[in-house]
Amino acid sequence: MANTVRFRLNGKPVTAPADGDRLLLWALRTDFGLTGAKYGCGIGECGACTVLVDGQATLGCQTPLSQLEGREVVTIEGLAPAGRLHPVQEAFVAHGALQCGYCTPGMILTACALLSRDAKPSREAIVKAMDGNLCRCGAHRRIVAAIEEASGTAAPPAARKGAGTP
Amino acid sequence: MSERLKLDRRRFFQLTGGGIAIFVGLGPSACFSQESRGGYPEDLNAYLLIGKDGRVTVFSGKIEMGQGVLTSQAQMVAEELGVSLDAIDMVLGDTDRCPYDRGTFGSLTTRQFGPALRAAAAEARLVLLGLAAAKLGVARDRLTVDNGVVTAPGSSRRVTYAELADGKRIARLVGEKAVLRAASDFRVMGKSPRRIDGADKVTGRAQYAADIRPAGMLYARILRPPAHGATLKSLDAAAAEKRPGVTVVRRDDLVAVLHADPEAAAAALDLLKPDWTTPPPGPDDETIFEHLVKAGGAPEEKASRGDLAAGRARAAHVTRTAYRKGYVAHAPIEPHAAVAEPKDGRITVWASTQTPFPTRDRIAQAVGLAAKDVRVIVPYVGGGFGGKSADLQAIEAARLAKISGKPVQVAWTRAEEFFFDRFDPAAVVEIESGTDAGGRIVFYDATVHAAGERGATPPYDIPNLRLRSTGRMSYGDGGSSVHPFAVGPWRAPGANMNAFAIESHIDAMAAAAGIDPLEFRLRNTTEPRLRAVLEAAAAAFGWKPGVGPSGQGRAVACSTDAGSYDALMAQVRVDRSDGTVHVERIVAAQDMGTVVNPDGAKMQMEGSITMALGYTFSEELRFRGGDILDRNFKTYRLPRFSRVPAIETVIVRNDALAPQGGGEPAICPTGAVIANAVFDATGARALRLPLTPERVKEALAAAAPLRAAG
Ligand code: FES
Ligand code: FES
Repeated sequence: MANTVRFRLNGKPVTAPADGDRLLLWALRTDFGLTGAKYGCGIGECGACTVLVDGQATLGCQTPLSQLEGREVVTIEGLAPAGRLHPVQEAFVAHGALQCGYCTPGMILTACALLSRDAKPSREAIVKAMDGNLCRCGAHRRIVAAIEEASGTAAPPAARKGAGTP
Repeated sequence: MSERLKLDRRRFFQLTGGGIAIFVGLGPSACFSQESRGGYPEDLNAYLLIGKDGRVTVFSGKIEMGQGVLTSQAQMVAEELGVSLDAIDMVLGDTDRCPYDRGTFGSLTTRQFGPALRAAAAEARLVLLGLAAAKLGVARDRLTVDNGVVTAPGSSRRVTYAELADGKRIARLVGEKAVLRAASDFRVMGKSPRRIDGADKVTGRAQYAADIRPAGMLYARILRPPAHGATLKSLDAAAAEKRPGVTVVRRDDLVAVLHADPEAAAAALDLLKPDWTTPPPGPDDETIFEHLVKAGGAPEEKASRGDLAAGRARAAHVTRTAYRKGYVAHAPIEPHAAVAEPKDGRITVWASTQTPFPTRDRIAQAVGLAAKDVRVIVPYVGGGFGGKSADLQAIEAARLAKISGKPVQVAWTRAEEFFFDRFDPAAVVEIESGTDAGGRIVFYDATVHAAGERGATPPYDIPNLRLRSTGRMSYGDGGSSVHPFAVGPWRAPGANMNAFAIESHIDAMAAAAGIDPLEFRLRNTTEPRLRAVLEAAAAAFGWKPGVGPSGQGRAVACSTDAGSYDALMAQVRVDRSDGTVHVERIVAAQDMGTVVNPDGAKMQMEGSITMALGYTFSEELRFRGGDILDRNFKTYRLPRFSRVPAIETVIVRNDALAPQGGGEPAICPTGAVIANAVFDATGARALRLPLTPERVKEALAAAAPLRAAG
């Protein structure tokens, strides 16, 4: 137990062996069985592995476990209490801002981090914040619309013509 | 009911616990015969079961990979059966529980499978109404059903589907006579409910193949050759074998390391010291075009009409051009993954695949089991686009599970995903054509090299036409020997390249004839569906007529694919200093027959157009022979948020026609509409996809200076 790291994971204190250069993504998926963070590229280019560390969008595939001592990690599973949806999650569903859903946890957490530092981001600010996250299904326009709605800068899709089409 | 069906019924209801079952295509025996496989004239197999709780379960071999069929299939069944959408449970892509299905591809789920599924639901409704008539003592045709409750108008008598199904053991093959609801009567279809999979996907509950973790599972990493065609001469595995917890497996062509921790498995793989023979050098991403034309051999005639020579003699303007495009990767964000668990003489494999049943059969063959002893379960699939059909990863996982006797996960790295992709093929399309003095196309002569003929016949009224093809492309089984590595179906296989070539060429012909490009297209087609989408796009876009290049930077392109018609219009701005193209707006109009789920259809159109921005601007695989040089997203660049323009979608209603394909059609004309808009802005025509800044600059340098915008 020479190299053990302690941190808070989805609100609960946890410990994990942090030998060598173990990465947060794999510890989440194996030690903790939290598979919402996905592997997409392993080199920091796709954002599928995004989680929140102290509220900041952080790439699980680029973050050594050893850096997490004392920090607060939130994954998609811990974003809202069981049975409830966070407003960003709710807006993604309402706008159909997902297709295959594989990029979705990373998209939602990146958006949450943006909204926590800029409650009313401009469309340009949203695009900039999301640019590191890839979506192959092409849900981009709806993702932007969902984030705008969650931030209160745009109406929900039902109130607009064209049902969810930005 | 046939004798056969009666015999099968007992076993079937033992499995399901009773209820009312309606089979599509095949009865229970064939559905559950584990040996059943293709060879049926039609691939329309499914069944639905109404249980004693009134819930309706649909068992279908189709899979959900983002295209929304989970929701649209449920809508179809709810509509025809007269129940609410939340009374439906969908069981997709489980080879033990669902009837045989060839796979989910070709925009066929809604187009071919949909009507059969609807017919089954309509048949089920007739059965239930028949039972209700007996129970209520009211003639069947006087009964109505809503939300699973049958009532007789003018009376207080009612009975629920749950009450009717309770204690019944009825099995039916869907008949010929089931009458489908007319679009004007739709209650569930034609609407846009929230996606059924939405809540799972925003909460992380949705499981993909690599998220399945049976107890005691080992993670596998597999030794890969440096290039296609390389073979293993020798291997020193001593260092890896010394690592605690590592198992090195070596069986024929399969060399893998297994470990209970994924990072430890990756580290052990790095310790293997292989020695490879290198394959002889082959064509690269620049020399490939010359190679394809040469290697494809003599052209084979695929279509012909009229008399080319006679058409040529009438031509006032002749345009002759060759169009090129490189290899494009599928690049779903979920790489191929599979988990195989051996238990009690069987193997269960959770796999990201579009083809659960063919995959089951291939696994069975690879591990020496009967098909009935292999179960493939497809959880959510993180994007397919045609690329998840070969299923090497599922076979690898099953082999390693069989060898080790333990559950094994094979999850490809991004580099493996690129290396083993069956790319959209590089291609050359040569076209020579002419218009008469009245701006009518009088002949069209095209040869497609190495990409096949899907979408290669222009959707115009051309009296004299010849279409030829080389390379003998077959998308089903690795492509064609003219390609240096395997190629395969990529969202509308071959049709993207063909639409790019045709619609670039049509645009050039319009310019040569001095006719507005929209007017030129309308003048050359009497197809009402094509005309309707062109006109709808023009109205939504606010098309201003003008002969190209007009300097406005706007353009049109259209195509037909998977039974649907599309017209796109784009507005671009070209930065002459660095050759970058900024797409400001795309308008797309689509006629896809009856629309099951309008918002879902728009989602697919937006997704298609966004995905197409990749092959249009940045996606082109670099390689040297069998050595794939792009192995991750740093150099192989997918469209990102900052590149996605405003996209407006218009659905042109056509309720007289059954639902047509929606997942692919809009992707086809996107490359052409953007290339045409670059031409309209600058007078420069780029003839090779993708339109990289360098290629746009080259085209700008070669183009005549633009006359004053008119
Ligand atoms: S997996 Fe971490 S950025 Fe792609
Ligand atoms: S929804 Fe499929 S990758 Fe974004």
